[in-house]
Amino acid sequence: MGENAMKVLVPVKRVIDYNVKVRVKADGSGVDLANVKMSMNPFDEIAVEEAIRLKEAGMAEEVVAVSIGVKQAQETLRTALAMGADRAILVVAADDVHQDIEPLAVAKILAKIVEEEQPQLVMAGKQAIDNDMNATGQMLSALLGWSQATFASEVKVEGDNAVVTREVDGGLQTIKVKMPAIVTVDLRLNEPRYASLPNIMKAKKKPLDEKTAEDYGVDVSPRLEVVKTTEPEARKAGEMVPDVDTLVAKLKEKGVV
Amino acid sequence: MAVLLLGEVNDGELAVDATAKAVTAAKSLGDVTVLCAGASAAAAGEAAAKIDGVAKVLVAEDASLGHRLAEPTAALIVSLAGDYEHIVAPATTDAKNVMPRVAALLDVMILSDVSGVVDGDTFERPIYAGNAIQTVKSKDAKKVITFRTSTFDAAGEGGSASVESIGAAENPGLSEWVEDKVAASDRPELTSAGVVVSGGRGVGSEEDFKLIEQLADKLGAAVGASRAAVDSGFAPNDWQVGQTGKVVAPELYVAVGISGAIQHLAGMKDSKIIVAINKDEEAPIFQVADYGLVADLFTAVPELIEKL
Repeated sequence: MGENAMKVLVPVKRVIDYNVKVRVKADGSGVDLANVKMSMNPFDEIAVEEAIRLKEAGMAEEVVAVSIGVKQAQETLRTALAMGADRAILVVAADDVHQDIEPLAVAKILAKIVEEEQPQLVMAGKQAIDNDMNATGQMLSALLGWSQATFASEVKVEGDNAVVTREVDGGLQTIKVKMPAIVTVDLRLNEPRYASLPNIMKAKKKPLDEKTAEDYGVDVSPRLEVVKTTEPEARKAGEMVPDVDTLVAKLKEKGVV
Repeated sequence: MAVLLLGEVNDGELAVDATAKAVTAAKSLGDVTVLCAGASAAAAGEAAAKIDGVAKVLVAEDASLGHRLAEPTAALIVSLAGDYEHIVAPATTDAKNVMPRVAALLDVMILSDVSGVVDGDTFERPIYAGNAIQTVKSKDAKKVITFRTSTFDAAGEGGSASVESIGAAENPGLSEWVEDKVAASDRPELTSAGVVVSGGRGVGSEEDFKLIEQLADKLGAAVGASRAAVDSGFAPNDWQVGQTGKVVAPELYVAVGISGAIQHLAGMKDSKIIVAINKDEEAPIFQVADYGLVADLFTAVPELIEKL
């Protein structure tokens, strides 16, 4: 264990599995999540992996996974534990899987947990693939008054700083942030591991604390009222063309080439 | 009612297309003041003043604002927030970095990637990679919004807004810029290009991706890539089109060797005309394509380059 070994907090979200076809409920109230396969948000898996790698490299002492949502999110936390997180905190804030806790409320709960746990680094996914908000990490950073490094494709801890390469429009930007810091991770940071069966078994014995949003005194009532949820306008399939000549002719006809 | 719009300033220059699209989105909300912030931002401010529909421009020049670091930029916006009901920006990576921080500092929710304005409180935004559109009504007094630029037309030129210089807020000094690695390219910028040619996993290698680039150059197009192509190392991530990459809506989108995963369709299905070239006739991309060609891309693309 290195001299500067630190604690890393990793928030993980239980979301619809990315391979599942999304269905909008006929009454327009939302997306149907009943009896649908749920998994860890893919970006959060990358965050868990990166935190575990920091631990394996001797840079981190402990990796704590946190999930905020319905009780079933404990399955997501068990996945994080099976990957290699040391312990987990479940904050039950919703009874119905259709109730999404907004990033602002999530960030407020996480800020309280950060006060208790005193991590030097929070490693989070850049966005959840359900609400596509891309906000929780930035909001947490604001509430704590910490530095932020979003959309990371490379993270190096150097003393009291993290040097982070970020995926930005047009290329890459490297910044150096003072720790404690919030890092949100992008796709190319790493390839998350699969949990082995022995590790899945071991994960069942790892500590998992259960709390509620009230324990942290955070009001999770939404600021954004969902008026309706609809299917996007479907795009009609066009025509198949037999060869390149026909394709070129069609495009010329349309005046786009 | 007034709107503060964070202009997209890169190295002192205004990204006019992205900023002008956000102006169109914001115009119905009130008088639009554009904020241009940077180490140098005066030229960007002059350019913003010419966008039709802009009422006023604020220029903040300070070394701390040089690389759009989130902390000093958010502090500046928050220091100005009192005068505005809506604080908005085009949904670029810079704005996605800064605006949620602004929202949390103001204790309001962020409205990310808004694709439609219903009224001053009510907005449409895509969720689940564009597989659903949610209409939400904000209960917050101030609304912090990023606009999905591909769904709004750019406001024209012809404005002559007044330009005022302002100071930066105190820099919290939490982060510093190290370097930018921006690929030099003569091609148009991906999110504002009129034509985009994208390659997928079917292209097979980084080397063969040159074929996609040649077709793009023939068409004066920007080059895009599917997530599969990026993950396979064929193309850099800033070319990625899709839920986790960029959202584009060009006049013509040519998808080559792309199967059409939901996550890719989320980034391009608003294109005016979609052409798909794939050897697998079952590929889902054909379900959204205006013109589909079942062919081996290694024969079809060279032929297309020759005949265009």
